[in-house]
Amino acid sequence: MAIRERLSGNEAIAVAMKQINPDVVAAFPITPSTEIPQYFSQFVSNGAVETEFVAVESEHSAMSACIGAQAAGGRTMTATSANGLALMWEMLYIASASRLPVTMACVNRSLSGPLNIHNDHSDSMGARDSGWIQLYSENNQEAYDNFIQAVRIGEHSDVVLPVMVCQDGFITSHAVENLELLEDEKVKAFVGEYKPEHYLLNSKNPIAVGPLDLPNYFFEHRRQQAQAMINSKNVILEVAKEFEKLTGRKYELFEKYKLDDAEIAIVIINSTAGTAKTVIDELRDKGIKAGLLKIRVFRPFPAEEIAEALKHIKALAVMDKAEGFSAVGGPLFNDIKAALYGVADGIKVVNYIYGLGGRDVKADNIEFVYNELQNILKTGQLGETYRYVGVRE
Amino acid sequence: MAYNLKEIMERPDRLNGGHRMCAGCGAPPVVRSVLRAIKPEDEAVIGAATGCLEVSTFIYPYTAWKDSFIHTAFENAGATVSGAEAAYVALKRKGKIDDTYKFIAFGGDGGTYDIGLQSLSGAMERGHDMVYVCYDNEAYMNTGIQRSSSTPKFCDTTTSPQGTVIPGKSQFKKDLTGVMAAHGIPYVAQTTLTQNFKDIHEKSEKAIYTKGPAFLNILAPCPRGWRYETPDLMNICKLAMDTCIWPLYEVENGVWKLNYKPKKKLPVSDYLEPQGRFKHLFKKGNEHLIEEIQKDVDRKWEDLLKKCGETV
Repeated sequence: MAIRERLSGNEAIAVAMKQINPDVVAAFPITPSTEIPQYFSQFVSNGAVETEFVAVESEHSAMSACIGAQAAGGRTMTATSANGLALMWEMLYIASASRLPVTMACVNRSLSGPLNIHNDHSDSMGARDSGWIQLYSENNQEAYDNFIQAVRIGEHSDVVLPVMVCQDGFITSHAVENLELLEDEKVKAFVGEYKPEHYLLNSKNPIAVGPLDLPNYFFEHRRQQAQAMINSKNVILEVAKEFEKLTGRKYELFEKYKLDDAEIAIVIINSTAGTAKTVIDELRDKGIKAGLLKIRVFRPFPAEEIAEALKHIKALAVMDKAEGFSAVGGPLFNDIKAALYGVADGIKVVNYIYGLGGRDVKADNIEFVYNELQNILKTGQLGETYRYVGVRE
Repeated sequence: MAYNLKEIMERPDRLNGGHRMCAGCGAPPVVRSVLRAIKPEDEAVIGAATGCLEVSTFIYPYTAWKDSFIHTAFENAGATVSGAEAAYVALKRKGKIDDTYKFIAFGGDGGTYDIGLQSLSGAMERGHDMVYVCYDNEAYMNTGIQRSSSTPKFCDTTTSPQGTVIPGKSQFKKDLTGVMAAHGIPYVAQTTLTQNFKDIHEKSEKAIYTKGPAFLNILAPCPRGWRYETPDLMNICKLAMDTCIWPLYEVENGVWKLNYKPKKKLPVSDYLEPQGRFKHLFKKGNEHLIEEIQKDVDRKWEDLLKKCGETV
C-alpha cells in the first residue's frame, strides 16, 4: 500500500535518498537545494541510513568526492543548484567520462550574475553537454519518482552514466504537495544492490581511473560515452515501465497533454507545465485546439519521438526558461527546431524566453503565448521567432 | 622495530619502473619511499593531482601503479581521495569489504600550495583517514616551470623570470607545513630524500598508520626546473637540510619535534650555487639578495628551534 504524504520537493528527494540508503552523499549548501543535505544529515544523525555523509567545503569538492566514492565502488549522491552546479562544471565532465553513475538532485535556480536565488533553468541547461542524463520534474511526485528511477538508469550496464534529476527551485522544492511514497522495502528492491564491474576497492582486480588519454585512444572513449547516452533512451523507457508496474504512475520520454488533436502547442519543461495545463483546459472549453508537450528527458534528447509527436501541429511555441545568448533563441528551441527539420518542416515555430530569475509565470503569460500562436495561424505570418514573454522592454 | 634499510628496500615497489618521469627527478623516489611504508599485506588506493607524476605514470592503456589509482583533476586530489575513503568506511560498515585499505593522495606544489589548497584543507579538516603527500618541487613543472606560492624568493621561473629590473620571484615561499600544522590534525611532517631514507620512511609510516588525516611535505627537486646535474639529486636534498632551508621536523598531536640539526649550519649560497634557477644571484652586485635569503632562513630556523623546544 503506497504511503500518502505531504512533502516539499526537497524533502521528497531527501526521503528518496533515505529509502535508497546510498553509500556516500557529499554535498554543500546552496539555496534552494540546501534542505536536501539538511534533511539527509538528520537521517544520518538519527541512524536512519548507513550512509557516509561528507560535508565538503565546496561543490567542486562535492563532485570530486562523489567521483572518488563512486569509483571506489560506492553508490553516491549529491544535490546542488545554480552556482554550485557551475562550480562542479569541470567535474561533471570527468564524472561522465569516467563512467560513474552518480545521482544528483539539481534544484534549478538562475545562474549568477547578477546574483539571484530564484528559479530558471540556466544552471542545468548550461550542463546539457556534460554527458549527464537529465530528467526534469513538473512536481514533487515526479521529482521523487524520477530520483528513484535515476539510480537504475545510470547504473544499467548499457548506460553507466551519471544522472541529474531537475526540479524548479522554490516552486516545487519548497512548496508542500500531496504525494505518494513507496514503502522502503519496495524502493530497496527496485534499486537493488550497486554492483559495479570495476572499482577501486576490489583487491582481486585493482584498477586505475582517470588516465592521460592521448589522441590514439581519447576519440574511441568519447565515442563509447556517446553510445552510452544513445543506449540510455531505451533503458529510461524500460525502467519507467517497471516503475509503472510498481506504482501505477506512467513515465515516458515526455508527456503529451491534449496534444494528439491539437493545432497549436507549446513545449515546456518543469513546473510551468502545470500552469499551461490549466490554460489548455480553459482554451479547450472555448473550442481552441491547444496542447502541450512537456519534456521529461532532455539528455538524451528524444528528437525522433518529439518530431513524431509534434508533426501535426500547425503553430508551435518552444518555451525556454534559460537565455542561451546565441542571439537566435534558447537551448530547447534550438534542439526542437533541429528535431523538426526535414521531418515536420511545415510547422511554424517560435521561441519564448520566460520566467528568468524567478519572474512569476502566470496563466495570463501562457494564454498570451497561445493567442500569439492563434494569430500566426490566422495570418500565416511567422514574424520574429526569438521572443520574450513577461519581460518589461 | 628499528629501521633496517636493506629490509625496507627489499619490499616490492608499488610504483613500477618504466614510467616517463625524468632522470634525476625527486618525485619517483619520494613516491616509492612513501609507498614502501605501507605494510605489504595492506591494500591501498592512491590518488594524484594532475601534474608530472600523474601524466607520466598513467598514460592509457598503461599504468605504473600496482595499487588502485585515481586521478580526476588538478585542484582536488584531497577531495577525490576523501570520497574514496568515505566509500570505504561505508562499505566496511555494511560488511561488503574485508581488506584493510590505506588512502594516499599525491600532489605537486602547484596542486597543493595553490589550486588544491582548499580541497586539501577540507579533506584534512573533515578527518578522513588518509595521507596527503605534497612532492614539493617549487614550481609548476608540468606546464614548464611557472612560479607557484611554493617557489622561493628570487628564483628564476618562466613566470617570475629574472630580468634587468626584477631579480626573479618577488615573494617568499609559503609555509604550507605550518599551515597544515595549524589545522590541528594528528600528524604533519616535513622531510626530503635523506641518504638512508630513514626519515622519509619513518614519517610515511607514522602518517599512514596514524588514524585520521596526515600531511607530508616532501622536498622533491626537479632537474629541469632547478637546473642541477641529474646525479646531484641526493646532494641537493642534503644541502637543503644542512643550510636549514628545508628543515626536517614533525608535528605529532600538536607537539613539534626537530628531526635533524646539522652539525655545521652551511651558508645558503652552498645550496643556491649548484642550481641554475639561482645563477643570477651570483652576479656581481647581487650579494644583497643572497644576504636577504640568508636572513630569512636564519629567522625561520630560529623560530622552528623555539617551536621544537631546542636551544637556539
